[in-house]
Amino acid sequence: MKVRKIVEKFTEGLLFTSSTVTTIAVLFIVFFLFKSGVGLFSESPVEEGYTLAVNANNPVGILKTNQIKAIFNGDITNWKEVGGKDQQIQLFTIDELSSAYTEDQLGANLENIPACVNDYVSKNDNVFAFFESRRFPAHFVGRKLQVPKITVWEFLTGRQWYPTSAPISSFGVLPLILGTLLVTLIAILFALPIGLITAIYMAEIASDRMRKMMKPVIELLAGIPSVVYGFFGLVVLVPAIQKVFNLPVGETALAGSIILAIMALPTIITISEDSIRSAPVALKEASLALGASHWQSLRLVVIPYAKSGILAAFILGIGRAIGETMAVLMVTGNAAVMPHSIFEPIRTIPATIAAELGEAPFGGTHFKALFALGIILFIITFIFNSLVELIKSRNNK
Amino acid sequence: MKKSLIAMGLVVSMMLPSVMSAQKVVCKIKGSDTCLPLSQKFAEVYGNKNAGSGISVVGGGSGVGLAALLSGTTDIAQSSRKMKIDEKLKIQETGKAVKEVIIAYDALSVIVNPSNPINKLTREQLESIFTGRVSNWKQVGGPDLKIIVYSRETSSGTYEFFKENVLKKKNFASNALLMAATGAIVQSVSQTKGAIGYVGLAYVDKDVKALQVSFDGGKNFVTPSVENAMSRKYPITRPLFYYYLTSRDAAFRPLINFILSSEGQKIVLAEGYVPLS
Repeated sequence: MKVRKIVEKFTEGLLFTSSTVTTIAVLFIVFFLFKSGVGLFSESPVEEGYTLAVNANNPVGILKTNQIKAIFNGDITNWKEVGGKDQQIQLFTIDELSSAYTEDQLGANLENIPACVNDYVSKNDNVFAFFESRRFPAHFVGRKLQVPKITVWEFLTGRQWYPTSAPISSFGVLPLILGTLLVTLIAILFALPIGLITAIYMAEIASDRMRKMMKPVIELLAGIPSVVYGFFGLVVLVPAIQKVFNLPVGETALAGSIILAIMALPTIITISEDSIRSAPVALKEASLALGASHWQSLRLVVIPYAKSGILAAFILGIGRAIGETMAVLMVTGNAAVMPHSIFEPIRTIPATIAAELGEAPFGGTHFKALFALGIILFIITFIFNSLVELIKSRNNK
Repeated sequence: MKKSLIAMGLVVSMMLPSVMSAQKVVCKIKGSDTCLPLSQKFAEVYGNKNAGSGISVVGGGSGVGLAALLSGTTDIAQSSRKMKIDEKLKIQETGKAVKEVIIAYDALSVIVNPSNPINKLTREQLESIFTGRVSNWKQVGGPDLKIIVYSRETSSGTYEFFKENVLKKKNFASNALLMAATGAIVQSVSQTKGAIGYVGLAYVDKDVKALQVSFDGGKNFVTPSVENAMSRKYPITRPLFYYYLTSRDAAFRPLINFILSSEGQKIVLAEGYVPLS
């Protein structure tokens, strides 16, 4: 008797501990995600530890990220285009420094760099200097340029994703968000009807033997690693899409959507089939007894009964698709452009995180930007989940 | 008696270096993914020959390796690019010195689909193609076909090298397709008609066509090959480096000597890289 009580207490404690630990772990991960990601908005887009500077007589005050990038890309070559005087922009980086001054002038241990920087900037009034902040002399004759910090608005609406571009990186996630949503939406458009039809067939129409054969095959789909799906997509699906639609390139949003649809199918089928089968036999029999045909009772009684289960399947399918990384990384081409059609390459948020996190220096701007992407993904999923809860609670009333 | 002692001493002193050279090396190599397969092979062969050696090799990228060297979390940094001047300055500040060893070369080939009639391009043409200023093969003397640019991911050292040396630091076109692995670029270029990409020489196979490139405005076009890379005729050739602290030179010397020996360089060739000589 006593032993049983102890065992019960122990089991209770075990259950309590494991659920608490799980909750704390989830909260901790969310906290970590937000803590790392939010830091992005106190960062400057200029490469860490570097400073941009101009000649003291240059009237240009603040340059935007895009303008600085255009200057270093060679798209803007005249100060006039960014509100300065009508003169050529003279870039001045460590490369120009080593060609403008001899090694003797720079000093054996490069100790004269600050003096040389001063000299060069004072002599050339069209200069645009980019150096490590420490390389600037204490009494700098030029003017250090202010670059505005990354703002939330800029981050969310920016259309350029060049996270490692020097001297200035741009973190515009709009193409990534739209790419993710587009791929997911199309995937669900494919997967939902097919999944639903299969679920209805298996639950109501298929013979027992047929069902016993199909069920394990469909469940097998869920067990295939996503890399395998990705490779299959790259080698089989991508060339096929290219040929069928006569496209210049096969790595498209469509390829990603089809792969995602296949991957989301097992979830959708299994859950909707279960909910359809869980409709009480009495309900169905009552409907048949009232003279409704098999189809009528299926359409008017069974499916409405299983509605919330089907909805759950739909949302879980979206969840599977939106966070899927590897397969999408391999077949969508990963070009960070604004998606215009499903026949163009796109880049998704999970693929970006997976591809770039490995080499983003820990704690740097790029690293924080990737975590900020994680926050966006988290929020999108959170909204979807809340929607389900909302619809479910309405249905239950 | 004396004579025989001297003779013995001589023999021993002659033997000593050869005994010393078969030394165990325990170290950690970290950095460039380009160097990764090569370093792993070195570690494997060297470990088998010298019992007790433990060489662990980790990737992560050239920058990661060099940063780890600075912070002392790796012994040797493998890098597919030369140490940047500011990395050198950082090392200087800590009062340490770094030794640089070129272990092999790697030639980057520009590849297109075999059905593409284009056989050669100049650097300027490559720059306009990869930065997106030219978007149709027609504009560089080819058929009327859209150009599809394949690149590595931004995290790759190869991406940086190509950007620096071929694009002259300009950014890749935003519609360039960024592939997670070099193998994926080869796969995609082989099945996409208008494709262009860049991969290490070792990855070029019969499913893709490597272009001749010219870095002198179209005077000389050079085919990417081991021979042309060794004679430095091929312009997109880059050295692969090992960096380590000078103070540890004695400890790592046996491994470095092995890599630079003809046996080590044979491994370089067998793994698809370009040997030093």
